[in-house]
Amino acid sequence: MAERTHDITLVVNGTVRRAAVPGRRLLSDCLRHDLGLTGTHVGCEHGVCGCCTVLLDGEPVRSCLTFAVTVDGREITTVEGLADGERMSPVQRAFAECHGLQCGFCTPGFLCTVTALLRDNPVPTDEEVLEGISGNLCRCTGYQNIVKAVHRAAEIMAEES
Amino acid sequence: MKPPPFDYHAPRSVAEALDVLAAEGERAKVLAGGQSLIPLLNMRLAAPGHLVDINRLTGLAGVEVEPDGVRIGALARHAEVERSEPAAAAQPLLRQALGLVAHPVVRNRGTVVGSLVHADPAAELPAVLTLLGGSVRLARRGGPGTPAAGSSTAQDVAAGGSFVVRDVAAGEFFTGPLESAAGPGELAVSAFFPALPPRSGTAFREVARRHGDYALAGVAALVVLDDDLRITSAAVACVSAGPVPLLVDVTGECGHRPPASAGWAGAARAVQDRAEPEDDIHATAGYRRHLIGVLAERALRDAAREALNG
Ligand SMILES: Cc1cc2nc3c(=O)[nH]c(=O)nc-3n(C[C@H](O)[C@H](O)[C@H](O)COP(=O)(O)OP(=O)(O)OC[C@H]3O[C@@H](n4cnc5c(N)ncnc54)[C@H](O)[C@@H]3O)c2cc1C
Ligand code: FES
Ligand code: FES
Repeated sequence: MAERTHDITLVVNGTVRRAAVPGRRLLSDCLRHDLGLTGTHVGCEHGVCGCCTVLLDGEPVRSCLTFAVTVDGREITTVEGLADGERMSPVQRAFAECHGLQCGFCTPGFLCTVTALLRDNPVPTDEEVLEGISGNLCRCTGYQNIVKAVHRAAEIMAEES
Repeated sequence: MKPPPFDYHAPRSVAEALDVLAAEGERAKVLAGGQSLIPLLNMRLAAPGHLVDINRLTGLAGVEVEPDGVRIGALARHAEVERSEPAAAAQPLLRQALGLVAHPVVRNRGTVVGSLVHADPAAELPAVLTLLGGSVRLARRGGPGTPAAGSSTAQDVAAGGSFVVRDVAAGEFFTGPLESAAGPGELAVSAFFPALPPRSGTAFREVARRHGDYALAGVAALVVLDDDLRITSAAVACVSAGPVPLLVDVTGECGHRPPASAGWAGAARAVQDRAEPEDDIHATAGYRRHLIGVLAERALRDAAREALNG
């Protein structure tokens, strides 16, 4: 028997998107496979690595620990939606400037997490940055440059506001 | 690493959710924040035939601060409870413990009540509920029910259907590792955390391999003083110290004395003696027992300091 599907509507990066998904479709797989948005990465699929982090109505969540049907009708922002047209967002520019990435696998999750962090706390302390990114793993950078990038992004945002 | 197939249900009311749970019994699982259940599904450690998604039951999202405590609805996320100033004022141990539950992003989805029902012996909130003597409210189909006045379930009865509600005390709620008193057909609608009594303080201390990981060992403490600022009651609840949260009353060991001269070391030894930690790849049972003693003394001293300052 074919698996039953559910028709869902998501507003992804400001665009209304529809998909027919089985109940068990993870939001991460829905974004990547049904909607073709492969910027959201999938590492562990049990909530540990953080690279699948997207914004759900503005709040960072693990897309690998969320079913697509559960968030029917809600707004999702992925890494593809952070830039303003061709211009990278302050957080993206700061990561590039400070070498906050090497292979880039973890980067989409960091960018989404940090975007929400700085919106809620525009001038975080070192400790607040560490707490904020503690749920995102990076195998390459050793984190120092990521922490620098978060502070640099805060500066850029302050300069541009 | 993909979940097995299941029939998905998205009830719009508690009554509808209870109908599905009653009809499917053991085949059905409730989906709240999914931060424990979805990893189990992804790893194929669980394969329920039916999933009852309660994320649309927004009536269960409340965090109500009552004079005698905080009632947390089944859809209140860890992050919402952590942020709530009235909840932190009524019972500071909630915020102290929630800051140690996973990472901020996981706390945006995970629910307090889901964490209680999940009953992981390494989780913080079951220990908090046990220490404070709180309870979990369970609802199921049946009738004629007598839901507590003013609860969201009472309003739901008016919306059609009768159901039975029971409050289970923390001491009876946690029955084993990943086992709680919530049976097939039952939905946990809320949990109640009693308020902090006057002249008392709380603390939560734990050691984890990495910030946000489940703790190797953890201790929550509650110390109550009398008018002369002597200890009248002291107790701890430990995490990763056995199959269920371990509650130890150490009032006797501390002595009816001011905190500065209390018998903290004896109290810590008493807690250590009662602990039944296990070996796993993260730590030996012996190391866990050592940690429990150290953390018990720290948590008790910190709770006493809070009681003096408060
Ligand atoms: C990376 C990571 C780290 C974590 N670290 C910690 C940690 O350090 N400490 C900690 O305590 N937790 C930790 N967690 C778990 C987290 O706190 C979960 O949110 C919580 O354990 C379960 O809540 P939930 O709402 O996500 O429940 P779900 O995952 O939706 O459900 C869990 C179980 O409870 C049942 N259930 C849930 N709600 C109800 C209800 N209302 N009625 C009946 N049954 C119900 C479900 O059927 C399921 O069996 C971690 C999770 C992750 C992914
Ligand atoms: S893929 Fe989601 S947290 Fe690792
Ligand atoms: S840049 Fe390679 S994992 Fe972070």
